[in-house]
Amino acid sequence: MALRAWFSRSDAHAGAPGLRALTVTHAQWRQVTRDLAATGARLLAIWASSDERGQTIRAAFLADEGGLVVNLPIADPDAAYPGIEDLFPAAARMQRAMADLSGIRSTDPDVRPWLRHAAWPRNYLPLVDPPQAPVDAGPLIENYEFVRVEGDGVHEIAVGPVHAGIIEPGHFRFSVVGEKVLRLEERLGYVHKGIEQRFRQFPILEAHRLAARVSGDSAVAFSWAYCQALEGLAGAQIPARAAWLRALYLELERIANHLGDLGALGNDAGFAFGLAQFSRLKEQLLRANQETFGERYLMEAVVPGGTRHDLTPTGPSLLGGCLREIEHEVFTLRTIYDEHEGVRDRFNGAGTVTAALAARLGLIGLAGRASAQSLDLRIDLPCEPYRSLAPVKIGRSEGDVAARVAVRFDELLESFRLVHRILEGLPGGPHVEAVPVPADRACGAGLIEGWRGPVLVALEAGPAGSIRRCHPHDPSWQNWPVLEHAIIGNIVPDFPLINKSFNLSYSGHDL
Amino acid sequence: MLKTLRQIASIGIVSELPPPADDSLRLRDGLQDRIRAVLGRALCIRHIDAGSCNGCELEIHAINNPVYNLEGLGIRFVASPRHADMLLVTGPVSKHMEVALQRTYEATPDPKLVVALGDCGCTGGIFGENYASRGRVSNVIPVDVAVPGCPPSPTRILQGILAALARSPSKGGLSANAGRIEKHALPPQ
Repeated sequence: MALRAWFSRSDAHAGAPGLRALTVTHAQWRQVTRDLAATGARLLAIWASSDERGQTIRAAFLADEGGLVVNLPIADPDAAYPGIEDLFPAAARMQRAMADLSGIRSTDPDVRPWLRHAAWPRNYLPLVDPPQAPVDAGPLIENYEFVRVEGDGVHEIAVGPVHAGIIEPGHFRFSVVGEKVLRLEERLGYVHKGIEQRFRQFPILEAHRLAARVSGDSAVAFSWAYCQALEGLAGAQIPARAAWLRALYLELERIANHLGDLGALGNDAGFAFGLAQFSRLKEQLLRANQETFGERYLMEAVVPGGTRHDLTPTGPSLLGGCLREIEHEVFTLRTIYDEHEGVRDRFNGAGTVTAALAARLGLIGLAGRASAQSLDLRIDLPCEPYRSLAPVKIGRSEGDVAARVAVRFDELLESFRLVHRILEGLPGGPHVEAVPVPADRACGAGLIEGWRGPVLVALEAGPAGSIRRCHPHDPSWQNWPVLEHAIIGNIVPDFPLINKSFNLSYSGHDL
Repeated sequence: MLKTLRQIASIGIVSELPPPADDSLRLRDGLQDRIRAVLGRALCIRHIDAGSCNGCELEIHAINNPVYNLEGLGIRFVASPRHADMLLVTGPVSKHMEVALQRTYEATPDPKLVVALGDCGCTGGIFGENYASRGRVSNVIPVDVAVPGCPPSPTRILQGILAALARSPSKGGLSANAGRIEKHALPPQ
């Protein structure tokens, strides 16, 4: 069946604009996912939700026709459902996580636990069973079956979870010959702190604060996606000014992160000058944030119905002036990076992900755009004000560290332009309106292009303003497995640089 | 190269001097002397993310930027707990990081200081305690100073690091149990 036919059967889904939902039978599940894969659709997320009638698997895709959430009700929870790892390789870890948290198993071959190490008993299902305190039963270290590479001179390097820098924890197992990496296997889940279960303990009108802390560097993206879902569920329209302010926050978040990354990437290439310069510029921006919004990082800025604060009268000139200064310096620094032979030598050809590999594995977001995967929700599935702002699509096709650096530089310049446009064209009126409590069982999803890529927050309302289920999804889920491919054939000392060029989230992934 | 040098020269030194007449600043003024008195050399910090959302990490990076210039105060981050005098711990401690945190603590030579950073490190924060989270850092290892904030500003982080130092006996080095029993929490931001 053509994909269009599936879309014509689907219903409108609350939240992100153009989002559709379709409930399928066991037999149709493989069919619809095969049709989606055949037309080059992207897997956004897979998660499970349960109520007294049983469990449902939900998978969100982005096709040319728009966003589609496919629902598969599970009749027999003990029987495995057909996995889709062969069609969407990124599904593998999401399916394993679903088995850990909800007990629903796929037919795919990798049945190793993913998010559950050994901190809670196998038979405890955090998203099905009632909340419980941590239990001190059993050993906390469980043997995990890493894939072994064998042969003459092959040895393993185990790194983490505590890394030798100011970064999040995770474990990397390298199989190397000499300096050359033959294989990398990631082991994540160390910062799993029960976020999805925790969502249920919040009133639905207050959980945007938790969403903002799923991944602290993407606070605006997650809190906006949460609020977009919630407002969709409640049938609430936000004032135009609120949408524009949210876009302002989102672009400032993108600028702050890109500035930080560009500095860190210079540093990892042995060019400490870059770190000093870019971290100074980032500090300048954070101070302008503090002065304008009362916080350096916009953790509390997006609230249901709009924004927490209105822009102060002096805000536009302060922010605009600050950004013009930063922009001027970014131009200079870009020339310096481009002309620095040592930096070029480290960036060019390191950690290459070809366009074909990126398409096959479903690479997404910023890293995808450096490998000719052009998807950008601000352009392909735009909500207001992006329809009016019409951002320019950024892209490269080389797929190496240099390309991911170039995409950051280009996106920075585009975000500067967007911020200036927002500050000039900001509509008047209120910046927030009350959101009514959504009806029980209302269901929807928010989709926002964060600085790392598309952030999805799926939300189901419970009775009396409670949350039945909330699934926040960071694009790092899709991109972590691709990093394992990007490092193959590179040397071990280039790993920090290649890893930084993706800069994926641990917390947003581990939940 | 010329452009790089020109940029360095035109920006100059952006590191800020401690503003006058502020308690925390008095600490910062005398900081190097105090560290030398206590440790006889620069203070070395090992950071551990025990379950953070990565928000606190962003601000820890900031104290290393040229404006706050932590290294200019004789304090630096090190790659191994075996080189560290102080552990800077963020996050509610996830169950999956509990053993790693304990082992890092054990690997740090005595005398050692522990600073718990952020609302989560201080109280468990918005995540609290559950099947996967042990909550506050002091539920797992002894803590000397707790710095609240979500995330705490770079200035607050510096104040917390200094508060830990101020608690140490000024002569004779740190005793093995210095300041571990009672917690020294900063007032909310």
